[in-house]
Amino acid sequence: MVLQALADQGVDHIFGYPGGAVLPIYDELFQQDWLKHILVRHEQGAVHAAEGYARSTGKVGVVLVTSGPGATNAVTGLTDALMDSIPLVCITGQVPTHLIGNDAFQECDTVGITRPCTKHNYLVRDVNDLAKVLHEAFYVARSGRPGPVVVDIPKDVQFATGIYTEVSNSQHKSYRPATVGDEDAIAEAVELMANAKRPIFYTGGGIINAGPVASERLRELVRMTGYPITSTLMGLGAYPASDKQWLGMLGMHGTFEANNAMHDCDVMICIGARFDDRITGRLDGFSPGSKKIHVDIDRSSINKTVHVDIPIVGDCAYVLEQMLGAWKAKNLKVDEVALKTWWGEIDHWRARKCLSYKMRDDVIMPQYALERLFALTRDKDVYITTEVGQHQMWAAQFLHFDEPNRWMTSGGLGTMGYGIPAAVGVQVAHPDSLVIDVAGEASVLMTMQEMSTAAQYDLPIKIFILNNQYMGMVRQWQELLHGSRYSHSYSEALPDFVKLAEAYQGVGIRAEKPSELDDKILEMIATPKPVIFDCRVDENANCFPMIPSGEAHNNMLLGDDVAEEDIGNVISETGKVMV
Amino acid sequence: MSKPGSAYPLEKTEQKTETHTMSVLVDNEPGVLARVIGLFAGRGYNIESLTVSETEHEAHLSRITIVTTGTPMVIEQIKSQLDRLVPIHTVIDLTVLGQSLERELAMVKVAGKGEKRAEAARLAESFSAVVIDDSPEHFVFEITGEQSRIEEFVVAMQPLGLVEVCRTGLAALARGPERM
Ligand SMILES: Cc1ncc(C[n+]2csc(CCOP(=O)(O)OP(=O)(O)O)c2C)c(N)n1
Ligand SMILES: [Mg+2]
Repeated sequence: MVLQALADQGVDHIFGYPGGAVLPIYDELFQQDWLKHILVRHEQGAVHAAEGYARSTGKVGVVLVTSGPGATNAVTGLTDALMDSIPLVCITGQVPTHLIGNDAFQECDTVGITRPCTKHNYLVRDVNDLAKVLHEAFYVARSGRPGPVVVDIPKDVQFATGIYTEVSNSQHKSYRPATVGDEDAIAEAVELMANAKRPIFYTGGGIINAGPVASERLRELVRMTGYPITSTLMGLGAYPASDKQWLGMLGMHGTFEANNAMHDCDVMICIGARFDDRITGRLDGFSPGSKKIHVDIDRSSINKTVHVDIPIVGDCAYVLEQMLGAWKAKNLKVDEVALKTWWGEIDHWRARKCLSYKMRDDVIMPQYALERLFALTRDKDVYITTEVGQHQMWAAQFLHFDEPNRWMTSGGLGTMGYGIPAAVGVQVAHPDSLVIDVAGEASVLMTMQEMSTAAQYDLPIKIFILNNQYMGMVRQWQELLHGSRYSHSYSEALPDFVKLAEAYQGVGIRAEKPSELDDKILEMIATPKPVIFDCRVDENANCFPMIPSGEAHNNMLLGDDVAEEDIGNVISETGKVMV
Repeated sequence: MSKPGSAYPLEKTEQKTETHTMSVLVDNEPGVLARVIGLFAGRGYNIESLTVSETEHEAHLSRITIVTTGTPMVIEQIKSQLDRLVPIHTVIDLTVLGQSLERELAMVKVAGKGEKRAEAARLAESFSAVVIDDSPEHFVFEITGEQSRIEEFVVAMQPLGLVEVCRTGLAALARGPERM
């Protein structure tokens, strides 16, 4: 019955790991060939792989794990998916119903444990509810603000036979998220936009979640107005980075031009982003002089941290369409003169060249490595995943995305170990594409075992490690906040990544000098197997620009400034308690 | 870099807090209450009072009445966060609607003899409390009414041998003929 429901939901790949409490489902898997099961090496990996799969295809990712430790291992991935609004259905096995609550072998309170880290969850006690619940789970996962849904199925229910409910008869009783925005609010919003003197679009992952149509509409609206646009980490690719209206990413490690424009704007058009603390910095100094329009499918994201003037609850794709319509119907015109002055200011900030760094020819600068990686892959069909740390921020700054669904990173939760399994999931969905995990040497060890999955299924993922021998991001904060006392942030006793790759039946490549980088990257691209690329980079490089915690957007630290100041003195006492 | 600032809204905001009564219609399915309570605990919202009971057996609906306090922004958040939970049908802020009907029931146990006992009985009568259990040494009163009245009653019983109190928490409905 489980497989029938998956078939009816159009699922063709499932990421999982077997165990006693899901054996009946595994037995069914054995007796069919339309549904491809990818055996991971750790349940966390199954969830991240499903996330990569979902994020790169727009489909719901599906996970199958056993009870007890299988379910608890999945918790990090579920939380990650909840924070980043990724649609997943995770089926967990459970001990038979009559044993629930008895501390049975491999029993855990899965619905209890996963309640706060899922959008919704179910324990199915009656086989006659099973199909309906599964269909509902897919509906809930993908509708409204997407998220992970757990369906916990006791073993006796898996064995039982019952009545199957068709998809069409599985309407949810109460859950009906809004899609279309309020017309009056939209009319008011476009008026405000047209009268703006210093406007900015601030967009986020919601646009990606709303599908490719939303990105198209966004491009149309942004080009029609000629306004500048920036985006969060999660929204990269919704608007092409090669376009002249693009200011780069905003936020803690965003560009000087994006953050200053956010600070000084008079009208902020926020679409599918949520004023997260990495974006706003100090709240009382966040864009103090602007009127704010906020489009979000989740009402609870509106007015949560920042007061907005025109809230619009709806699906970005619909609301953007409505905005375009309203703009055209009213025949609105932008204030060309003001806009020209505004762009003049922005160009001034751009001229600051905030991403510049000091090139060296004895060691590879991490920024340079990514510039070369981008240059040598830009004409390819490429998907990027990342781990978490400095390398992640550099990847966001130096790899440029022109299309949505090409960039998979753990934003909300910041989960080290996301990148390799996510790359596995992406490669499963796009077997012929180039899938690269931009990694740090510390993060990558958290889920390294998924190399074994890549080997098993001939998934030629490329793990591009910016190996600085430090938990660089931790070290950077220790420099900023803790007098450069590097407490446990040095990556001791690292494995030989080249040998490690070979041990996993992949190919290892090492680059140590800038002069050899291009050839080695080309070699990596040409290798039809999983590759671990150990790119030895400058150990001391830090990630700038940066809004120090406790500061506002117009108070950024820039790389070349910091070199002259003592880095330990740039964060105020109050800023130090923040994360 | 002198004034305190925050990447997180760490400091307590100076905004005034308000008390609101919300009525929440939910599917009567296992775990709904845990979801609601978990939401309040996880996000640090206050619960002053919470009552829940199935109200429409056929439709599998329960009604949860929550009294909570917070700044206007937090109150808005609570409503949106509740609304976001999948098994929740509607969330109504009765305080915003205004003039809703609010009642609570309490049982009040008072022990004593002689003059104090007689005084307790007299007071109870004036509060329209009903005796539901008694002996020469004690009374258990039942009182229904607005919360402020119950509080008054409890205070009045304090010097007369108050032993313990059990309160149901608030039940509330909007006035008028409409359904929520
Ligand atoms: C699972 C997990 N544990 C701890 C952290 C905290 N953390 C954030 S970045 C980081 C260091 C990452 O080091 P590395 O992967 O080498 O990346 P780098 O910053 O050096 O590029 C740590 C420990 C985290 N984000 N995730
Ligand atoms: Mg590192």
